[in-house]
Amino acid sequence: MRKRRDIALTVAIFCVSVLVGELMVRFFQIPTYILPAPSRVATALWRGFSSGLYQTHLLHTLTETLLGFLLGSALGLLLGAAVALNRYVEYFFYPYIVMFQSVPKVALAPLIVVWFGLGLKSQIVNVALVACFPLIVNTIAGLKSADEDRVNLMRSLAASPSQIFWMLKLPSALPFVMAGLEVAMIFALIGAIVAEFVGSQAGLGMLIQSMNFNMDVAGQFSVLLMLSVLGLLLNRGIQLIRRRVLFWDPSVKEQLEQERVAL
Amino acid sequence: MDAISVRDLSKGYSCRSGSMDALHEISFSVKEGEFVAIVGPSGCGKSTLLKILAGLSLPSKGEACLRGTPINGPRRDIGVVFQAPVLLPWRSVLENVLLPVDVQHRGGNGQRKAALELLNLVGLQEFADRYPWELSGGMQQRVAITRALIHDPAMLLMDEPFGALDAMTREQLNLELQRIWLEKKKTVLFITHSIPEAVFLADRVLVMTSRPGRILREVPVEIPRPRRLEAMNQPEFCSVVNSIRAHFHAKGTLDA
Repeated sequence: MRKRRDIALTVAIFCVSVLVGELMVRFFQIPTYILPAPSRVATALWRGFSSGLYQTHLLHTLTETLLGFLLGSALGLLLGAAVALNRYVEYFFYPYIVMFQSVPKVALAPLIVVWFGLGLKSQIVNVALVACFPLIVNTIAGLKSADEDRVNLMRSLAASPSQIFWMLKLPSALPFVMAGLEVAMIFALIGAIVAEFVGSQAGLGMLIQSMNFNMDVAGQFSVLLMLSVLGLLLNRGIQLIRRRVLFWDPSVKEQLEQERVAL
Repeated sequence: MDAISVRDLSKGYSCRSGSMDALHEISFSVKEGEFVAIVGPSGCGKSTLLKILAGLSLPSKGEACLRGTPINGPRRDIGVVFQAPVLLPWRSVLENVLLPVDVQHRGGNGQRKAALELLNLVGLQEFADRYPWELSGGMQQRVAITRALIHDPAMLLMDEPFGALDAMTREQLNLELQRIWLEKKKTVLFITHSIPEAVFLADRVLVMTSRPGRILREVPVEIPRPRRLEAMNQPEFCSVVNSIRAHFHAKGTLDA
């Protein structure tokens, strides 16, 4: 019951704010090239999808975001594990990782285009570089978070270091890793758009830029809308995985408990 | 051969004002199948001693042997129960019990059956598929005991296993531990800071003092088994408890 009421409220709030936006733009006669009315954005959205234009670019951006995310997360996980598990790697290599990561990726993007071209490859590389840092940091923190009592328990069972890693340290790190993935996913989408701004033949970022040249502000808004919905959906996807993997973690347990009560 | 024999064992640690002995020339032995309790105030080095016996840390001087062989690392023929249950939240109760078996690559259906039987022994058979966080503190500690027994170790080392439980659960678990011990006949070394608990459970109580940790006295407990909780009110029980307590009062180091 409460759930149905919540959904109704969500829809109502959305409708009211759209309506208020529409009325404000019309009442104050704001020019379309500054702030388009919601109705114009909706029209642009409709036109974009019915001509098949948006689908193509959406697919392109989604592909590079997901592939870059996977690549970057895997890289971050491996580098993070190497740093967390090996003192020497931490001492000799971690400073370079941090230095590299403090370089703004926007500044790096033109170089990547030079190296990898204007195609999908260069955008994937850019996304991967942006997405991997949160994974590195969180994996390191996670792998070092294993409770000392639990490590002692494993040691008292004469477990080998690799058993301690797979049976204790990795599962203990999962809450951190999942939080890292959540951040990395959003970073990945940002990275994809940045890469497309710098040089690309397709994608929503490229679309925004070409619309900007044509003063198609309503079109830009419609793409921004798509991007934010895409970001939300990607985030929900990670959340869904998180809830399956971390059913034992206090944060998820509480959430599941609340939902059971609400139903 | 003794199950556990400790000779002139010292363990030092360094602090700002130089080095201190947490344990100072400790010697004792535990016979096969015997239940020995070590009682002492907190900070007397009881846990340090247990860590050495579990192979988790090495002595500075002296020697500790299990069945005649010196301890120089963790061994698979002992089961350890810590003060906290230390269960892994991503494993179900049954999987937690099977952890030692998984570590030692001795899986199989036989082990699963053995685990369920042990859970039955502590009255938790219907919780096998639950997760640790769904259990009360006392139940979690029962799971920890079951886990320490699954690989059928010759010896159980227990480090204040009931210290964090409420008084009623604690008594209940004392009874259960006695029952398990009578059934399984393992050698048990039980560390506690509760004198009545030590006297209730043990065949022999070793009294420790602190700074440096030393064994002050050995008190045999000759109350017939199975002991019932009512035994705690009987004069012979009280006199043993009081004689141990007198030691701490004389030294002025008793805490709670």
